[in-house]
Amino acid sequence: MTVTNEPPAARPALTRRGGNAVGDRLFSWWTLGTGLLVLAILGLILITTVREAWPAFDAMGLRFLTERIWDPNPATGDAIFGALSFAYGTAISSLIALLFAVPVSVGIALFLTELAPRRLRGAAVTVIDLLAAVPSVVFGLWGILVVAPALVPVYQWMHDVLGGVPVLGRLFGPVGSGRNFMTAGLILAIMVTPIITSITREVFSTVPRADKDAALALGATRWEMIRGAVFPHSFGGVVGAVMLGLGRAMGETIAVALVIGGATNITANIFAPGNSMAAVIVQQFGESTGTFTAALIGLGVVLFAMTVLINVLAQVVVRRAEARMKGSVA
Amino acid sequence: MTVTAPPPTRSRTGGPDLTRAALAGRRRFTNHLATAAIWAAVLLAVIPLALVTYTVISKGGGVMSLSFLTEDIPNSYRRQGGGMAPAIVGTLLITGAAALMAIPLGVFGAVYLNEYGKQKPLARLIRLMADVMTGVPSIVMGLFVYISWVLLVGEQTGFAGALALACLMLPVVIRSSEEMLRLVPDELRQASMALGARKWKTILTVVLPAAISGITSGSLLAVARAAGETAPIIIVTGIVFSPNWNLFEGSNTALPAQIFRNASTSFPAAQDRAWGAALTLIVIVLGFTVIARFISSRFAIKER
Repeated sequence: MTVTNEPPAARPALTRRGGNAVGDRLFSWWTLGTGLLVLAILGLILITTVREAWPAFDAMGLRFLTERIWDPNPATGDAIFGALSFAYGTAISSLIALLFAVPVSVGIALFLTELAPRRLRGAAVTVIDLLAAVPSVVFGLWGILVVAPALVPVYQWMHDVLGGVPVLGRLFGPVGSGRNFMTAGLILAIMVTPIITSITREVFSTVPRADKDAALALGATRWEMIRGAVFPHSFGGVVGAVMLGLGRAMGETIAVALVIGGATNITANIFAPGNSMAAVIVQQFGESTGTFTAALIGLGVVLFAMTVLINVLAQVVVRRAEARMKGSVA
Repeated sequence: MTVTAPPPTRSRTGGPDLTRAALAGRRRFTNHLATAAIWAAVLLAVIPLALVTYTVISKGGGVMSLSFLTEDIPNSYRRQGGGMAPAIVGTLLITGAAALMAIPLGVFGAVYLNEYGKQKPLARLIRLMADVMTGVPSIVMGLFVYISWVLLVGEQTGFAGALALACLMLPVVIRSSEEMLRLVPDELRQASMALGARKWKTILTVVLPAAISGITSGSLLAVARAAGETAPIIIVTGIVFSPNWNLFEGSNTALPAQIFRNASTSFPAAQDRAWGAALTLIVIVLGFTVIARFISSRFAIKER
């Protein structure tokens, strides 16, 4: 994450206008062109994917979003493409991921900014960097071959203990193979922790020294200082960080495809297999043709729209929070 | 300056019946509890990292050998033995081509943002959109390249994979390079211009060389991240079982795609190959990361 600084000070305008400034102008156009490439790519993604997905949108209409059945090759009748089950899987696995990742990330960020001795800080930063560096497919491999089988007894135990509780019990239903919403959520949690941590940490480090010292001088313990000075100051930024993490969790494809189980399923049971939008695309794209391909690309359009929306909101929130903090330091 | 810590007694809801000593005890207890929770959070991050590293090294190490690195991929998951050479070749070629495309473009984009655009509305929009683009799921980038390139040329190629990875790297390179350009002291630019150099010459001969170490390390981190991307590779490059050195003709494959395919099977031989490929991939990715960290710590411009 980055802070957009104002330039340090207005500098005297030293560039000469006019004259043989052709080179200058060409160069500035060239750099502008490369900058515009970002906008061009984003625009092209939207246009090409929507155009290519149109046959599916056309065939299904709004039912594409509200239908829970996904049946590309029915025995009789037309194929049905409903994204609802997969949207549900995306939502539930991302939600579980955030449930675990947010407290841990905030904890690590606090450790790095408030608690860690100098030597341990470097080590902790390295751990986070390494977590971010491990490719998602490796987490997926570890998840499907090691974590999922290892967690089956744990899930079974939770089902035995909590399954009978009236309303809550429905969350902890019967356990299958260990490849389910819960495992997907746990693996996702590991993968979004680095990004939430790094942004939260930047936000925490902008809390003015004076505020923290003032709290401590009033006799606050370290935790009271964190609650009274650090949290109120950085709430907006942390919300932005969580949203960025949510965006990542929703878009993560491979690890989820490996551990979520691959069933078209809407159920409260977090121990049941399901599927997510991104995972369905990568699992079924190779064997698809015609409208089926269009429907998969349609899932991509929905995913693109949702992640862009969440990311724009998150960026705006983070920028606001950072701008406000800078104002308060001055 | 608005926030001050509330007096501690006000934030406690205990009420007046608590004696001062009891209150202090509770405060101390809460403080200890919070400290313990923060340490626990750090441990929770270390555990998965340690477990993944251990598993990959122990299982991958068992498969690793010279023949694993140099032999072709068996065309049946069931078969024992074989290697990952085609995937290693593919990963290096595809990632390298992607870096060749994305890094120059990204650096010039950063030059625009920091040297020309600054706080203009257009530059702010590009900055925001570059950040948004880092959040675009890699699978969507894969679909985009499939539609706009694979359907166009009519075949899945390594180059299509490189295009997808380049799109994923571009915004990362732009943003990290811009950070580095911002650290270049303005005095350097002014000195160069005072000597009569034009702006483009100042940028190419003074500003970029001053920031080159930071730009290199940021770009290497982007390359490392791209090397591990799986979803776009699966969609746009197809699959081969013997090395394909030609990026522009015929299908290709890469380590992440092989890990995914082999992990999805239930054959022990394939799963072994997946672990071996994972170890190879991690070594490649960590290699890039370590070089990047070394460059940035050794040659960094001091932050002002």
